[in-house]
Amino acid sequence: MTLMHPLPVAADSPLLAVRDLTKRYGSRIGCADVSFDLWPGEVLGIVGESGSGKSTLLSCLAGHLRPDEGEVIFATAQGPRDVLQMAEAERRRLARSDWAFVHQNPRDGLRMGVTAGGNVGERLMAVGARHYGDIRARATDWLGRVEIAAERIDDRPSAFSGGMQQRLQIARNLVTGPRLVFMDEPTGGLDVSVQARLLDLLRGLVREMGLSAIIVTHDLAVVRLLADRLMVMKSGRVVEQGLTDQVLDDPQHAYTQLLVSSVLQV
Amino acid sequence: MTTHMTQPMIRVSHLSKNFTLHNQGGTVLPVMRGADLTVNPGECVGLIGASGAGKSTLMRMIWGNYLAASGSIMVGDLDVVQAEPRQIIALRRATLGYVSQFLRVVPRVPTLDVVAEPLLVLGTPVIEARARAADLLARLNIPERLWSLSPTTFSGGEQQRVNIARGFAHPYPALLLDEPTASLDAANRAVVLSLIHEAKARGAAILGIFHDEGARAQVCDRFVDVGSFTPKADGAAA
Amino acid sequence: MTDRAYNFAYLDEQTKRMIRRAILKGVAVPGYQVPFASREMPMPYGWGTGGVQVTAACLTPEDRLKVIDQGADDTTNAVSIRKFFQRTADIATTEATSEATLIQTRHRIPEQALTEDQILVYQVPIPEPLRFLEPRETETRKMHELEEYGLMHVKLYEDIARHGHIATAYAYPVKVEGRYVMDPSPIPKFDNPKLSDSPALQLFGAGREQRIYALPPYTHVVSLDFEDHPFEASKAPHDCDLCGASDSYLDEVITDDRGSRMYVCSDTDHCRSRRAAGFTGRLGTPLATEAAE
Repeated sequence: MTLMHPLPVAADSPLLAVRDLTKRYGSRIGCADVSFDLWPGEVLGIVGESGSGKSTLLSCLAGHLRPDEGEVIFATAQGPRDVLQMAEAERRRLARSDWAFVHQNPRDGLRMGVTAGGNVGERLMAVGARHYGDIRARATDWLGRVEIAAERIDDRPSAFSGGMQQRLQIARNLVTGPRLVFMDEPTGGLDVSVQARLLDLLRGLVREMGLSAIIVTHDLAVVRLLADRLMVMKSGRVVEQGLTDQVLDDPQHAYTQLLVSSVLQV
Repeated sequence: MTTHMTQPMIRVSHLSKNFTLHNQGGTVLPVMRGADLTVNPGECVGLIGASGAGKSTLMRMIWGNYLAASGSIMVGDLDVVQAEPRQIIALRRATLGYVSQFLRVVPRVPTLDVVAEPLLVLGTPVIEARARAADLLARLNIPERLWSLSPTTFSGGEQQRVNIARGFAHPYPALLLDEPTASLDAANRAVVLSLIHEAKARGAAILGIFHDEGARAQVCDRFVDVGSFTPKADGAAA
Repeated sequence: MTDRAYNFAYLDEQTKRMIRRAILKGVAVPGYQVPFASREMPMPYGWGTGGVQVTAACLTPEDRLKVIDQGADDTTNAVSIRKFFQRTADIATTEATSEATLIQTRHRIPEQALTEDQILVYQVPIPEPLRFLEPRETETRKMHELEEYGLMHVKLYEDIARHGHIATAYAYPVKVEGRYVMDPSPIPKFDNPKLSDSPALQLFGAGREQRIYALPPYTHVVSLDFEDHPFEASKAPHDCDLCGASDSYLDEVITDDRGSRMYVCSDTDHCRSRRAAGFTGRLGTPLATEAAE
């Protein structure tokens, strides 16, 4: 494999480098020519209306969809690697250790028939944890960090509220200490007050763990509070990207101006 | 850092700015031409000019949330006009502070943590960061019983003081202050002015907008009239 | 006895060949579930159609067949399968473990150690050990392919969380030669240690699910567990009331409506041979006496 953009693994190199990523659905464009770098500790927001290609892009990045063209170069412990060239076993290993994916609907990201503790412990067991007491202690610790009472550890997620389910999904994803988290509308479908709590939690975790994150949302207020940088998508293409407050306060592209001015207050 | 250092902390050169309103027929509004200014360490420079002259616009361009059309803005050794977003993020973390007129926080986060956050992102231990935050809140007369509440429910004046505490939590070498004393009573205004004096004394370069003439006179060493950067109808600088 | 309307051992030769190919592949990749074109058998699913097809493909006219159901030779399922092969293959049968060359079993491994000259055929209802938590076949296949077995421990975790110990008592998952995780069929976990390093060839057939898998002789098999909750081959804490055996797997038998019960070996041949050798349990009498009465 030859890298077109060799990236030495150093403190000062991107965690993820995306080049010319394109996904077509037949003659229709899912996303086209998307390029960006994500740096360690950075939170990137991707906004756009429904059908703008933001979810397609996220799926391509996270390995759920195979793009037609482009590169997704991740700084693995062994050096930068094009994720799209990896064997599936390796990509899945990455997905359950270094990466995490938080689904909009917690039912897609949780095992509803397994207790909260089992849900959090699964990723630990998947990477080789074989001591029940340790697994349980770490699950308890993580439930605490996402503000779920320890005594709920043996309850199933079906007995949880939507906000709790989402927090459990986050705990389940972060327990192995990933470096990159993909989030698809993580606060969608939650009440405003529950959203605020989740946002606060995510901000704290991103800061404490030095996480990098890519957050797809249509909620500009969410990216204002969570994202360092912003990418605006329309019809499968990135029309504008930059610092979050710059894009929101001084949008350059016609579509971004329309998007920002359409929101009551961000 | 000492006050007699000659290297300016902030240097704005030949800066210009347009707004293009794509959704209003692509109207291009030139709002600034040939702006030049410097702020030295330990110095406080006041921006003056009529309302709408572009004082806040200039400040936002230095902060990086408004893009420049041309020119340069050096803060330390970084040109904000050319910088990558992540460089600006790093600049805002460690070097450049900004007290805006609006407090924008995640709802539900306790006031103490809102103020401590700039220290926490720099890796300051939680206990130390909270102690510094508590010290500032106390000085700014925010009653201790409010510290555990989110400032979103506070009055305008209280929010403004929380915002100031947050802006002064970390000793930034460069500070932008957008009307820090507006809507404050005399006692709190005096606290803010002493904070500014202390920041100057430790060598911070401060650029401020002060409508309050008394405050302006007390802390500012020099003034820059932004009106002189306002484009005339032909687009040339005044 | 033989009904010559049928080919030897009921199945046609092409079908047996197809099944033997699946068996060979299973032997070559221990613990891997090989898909095969399971045939309709003259018995309902759940009555051992998978095991019967494997047995049919392995039988030769010289074989001596033993069939057990939960350790017993005399239950309906065992009796009818034995009769099925007597009628369609005209082979010798036996109830003595040591005399059998091929043993078809449902839910037990005989107590007496097996030898290199023997084949043990298991009837398997659900061959997929991961099915409990992952309903998608495409996904479980992928998990086997990529050795993603964390989920198997989630099942054991759930057991401990709910019951304080690993409560899975049968169909206890194992790992074969450090590679494939396998469902050993619903044998009691007491039998799990006998799976490992057995001199006999062990074959597993699931008729409805159309899967065959195998443990060649002397294959290393490890029961999954946690470091702080190690695997235990548990049994009822009693001796056999008939033969006095302390080391065999026991069935609990209710003897009246006042709660009286007795524990007897589930392996009927093992119990009978011990009694024949003069061993007696709490309620038992020597076999000779019983025969004389």
